[in-house]
Amino acid sequence: MQTTEQKQNNHKRTFNTAEYNFAFLDEGSKREIRRKSLKAVAIPGYQVAFASREMPIGRGWGTGGLQLTLSLLGRQDTLKVIDQGNDDSVNAVSIRRLVEETSGILTTEETAQASIIQSRHRIPEEKLKFDQILVLQVPQPEPLRKVERREERTRIQHAEMDYSAMWLTLYESIVKWGSITLGADYPVMVHERYIMAPSPIPRWDTEKLHQSHHLTLFGAGREKKIYAIPPYTNVQPLEFEDYPFEVESFDGLSCRHCGSMDSFLDEVVDDEAGITIHQCSDTAYCRQQQERIG
Amino acid sequence: MSMNSADLINNAEKEWVWNETPLLKVRGLSKQFGAGCIHCKQPTSDEQEGSRCQYCGSIWACRNLSFDLYPGEILGVVGESGSGKSTLVKCLYFDEETTVGEMSISSYEDKTSNLFEKSAQQKRYIRNHVMGMVYQNPLLGLRMPISSSGNIAEKLFAADHYHVGSIRQRAADLLQKVEIPLARMDEPPKNFSGGMQQRVQISKALANNPPLLLLDEVTTGLDLSVQAKVLDLIRNIQRELRVAMIVVSHDLGVIRMLADRTMVLRQGLIVEQGLTDQILEDPRHPYTQLLVHSLL
Ligand SMILES: Nc1ncnc2c1ncn2[C@@H]1O[C@H](COP(=O)(O)OP(=O)(O)OP(=O)(O)O)[C@@H](O)[C@H]1O
Ligand SMILES: [Mg+2]
Ligand SMILES: [Zn+2]
Repeated sequence: MQTTEQKQNNHKRTFNTAEYNFAFLDEGSKREIRRKSLKAVAIPGYQVAFASREMPIGRGWGTGGLQLTLSLLGRQDTLKVIDQGNDDSVNAVSIRRLVEETSGILTTEETAQASIIQSRHRIPEEKLKFDQILVLQVPQPEPLRKVERREERTRIQHAEMDYSAMWLTLYESIVKWGSITLGADYPVMVHERYIMAPSPIPRWDTEKLHQSHHLTLFGAGREKKIYAIPPYTNVQPLEFEDYPFEVESFDGLSCRHCGSMDSFLDEVVDDEAGITIHQCSDTAYCRQQQERIG
Repeated sequence: MSMNSADLINNAEKEWVWNETPLLKVRGLSKQFGAGCIHCKQPTSDEQEGSRCQYCGSIWACRNLSFDLYPGEILGVVGESGSGKSTLVKCLYFDEETTVGEMSISSYEDKTSNLFEKSAQQKRYIRNHVMGMVYQNPLLGLRMPISSSGNIAEKLFAADHYHVGSIRQRAADLLQKVEIPLARMDEPPKNFSGGMQQRVQISKALANNPPLLLLDEVTTGLDLSVQAKVLDLIRNIQRELRVAMIVVSHDLGVIRMLADRTMVLRQGLIVEQGLTDQILEDPRHPYTQLLVHSLL
């Protein structure tokens, strides 16, 4: 049985793609991005500069992730695009359309069926496998930017593993607020070497990067940086011995659609009833759970 | 290798006074500001010649400085404005890159290797573990908007301490030692008076128990009564912790109060060094005589 999505795709396949190279970018650009991605894989957590191209979507709307995706795509790939867990948001749809129109490849909403998943702000709930690649869109690749404005200084700090200033902001947060108040984009130590910004994923997702089966690539279009977490890499959120890292808690809450008690939940306000209710942020996961219950 | 008689006497005297190996050994330290030209490739040891090259304007701010510092000892560095005192301690702390010379610290790893040739990462390690620096301008040594305890914590992170409870205990102990009230340990230094800021700087410099502390004009600009308190504090710390110190000042009063031995700098050269009492009572070099007599 075909989903509506796939029917649409079949339609798209007849679209004339002749005026573009396969997957929009020219082969030279793709090769350069793949070379930089390989370098990023070889040095987990290290930000590799690349020549970010102009894309038909605005910078800051996922051009870094999109360029990674386009450089990775082969004709056999199946792509899933999500924005904050949602396959149907305007951004996700427009990126998916662009890829479909310029490559004619299949797209899907099913996490397990995708070979490449481009995402903004979330990692799917379903555990990714070794033959899947997760591409995350990154607005600010430099985790030290909050404590040091100058690029030449942060480069030296990474080179020398001079991370005191970063720890200091965490310490100050504890002194002022009693805990570390950072939410999304929580800084992590990658393989005991580089501090890295995992992109604005919730803390909930941070642990999914540790010793994962899949490869994660990070692309920042505006800042022209690529970095990576290869499979089976140690990814440790920064934490003090007596203030351990904690993920968001949804104690006692469950999804209003699927009843799930172990997924990342979004808050929605029910205007009629005037109460706050919760639902899965990962819509594909939610649908899957609903189908399972029947 | 030849050695003149003054050196022999000096060495013999040291053997007798300090029956120990030096903590810090500096040999032939020179620092040039500016590109230099064929006329100023080498720093001259000629006292008649100024430190500024008349052809290209480059300055040999430190010229061929050699000295030792023993564990727990306070060495004073005195000289007029521009004589190279700050440049010297900045070179030792790797704030400035030394043009030529050697430095070794007996408590660091291989004891004898030239620390000026270490990598940037090793230098940072040495700065954080083996040395502490207190600048004349607290803006250079403190992060003004960050809590005082956080200023100390920053040093402790560099030494791989990541337990907030014990970091805060250590910060409290150190701040108490410099008489900052416990209730104010999380206030930023920008809220503090000049004297208090200097005391926070001192506690930060001591965070990792370094055997060596560098102090550059720490009391300059403070009220006299505040000066006296800070000097007292430095003396107490030296007695209690047996930290060796290099105390830079253009104020002979400060040197007299703190330093066991003293080195007189002029135009980047050491014109005289010896026991502080001797130098103050019986200065040999005409320049020192001038300094001492203008004090009296
Ligand atoms: N960054 C620099 N660039 C160029 N010249 C410098 C620099 N820093 C210091 N100098 C020069 O080096 C010489 C020594 O300066 P230094 O600051 O070490 O003197 P000082 O003995 O500490 O003086 P003061 O008592 O005024 O603090 C001076 O001639 C000064 O002008
Ligand atoms: Mg000075
Ligand atoms: Zn759900």
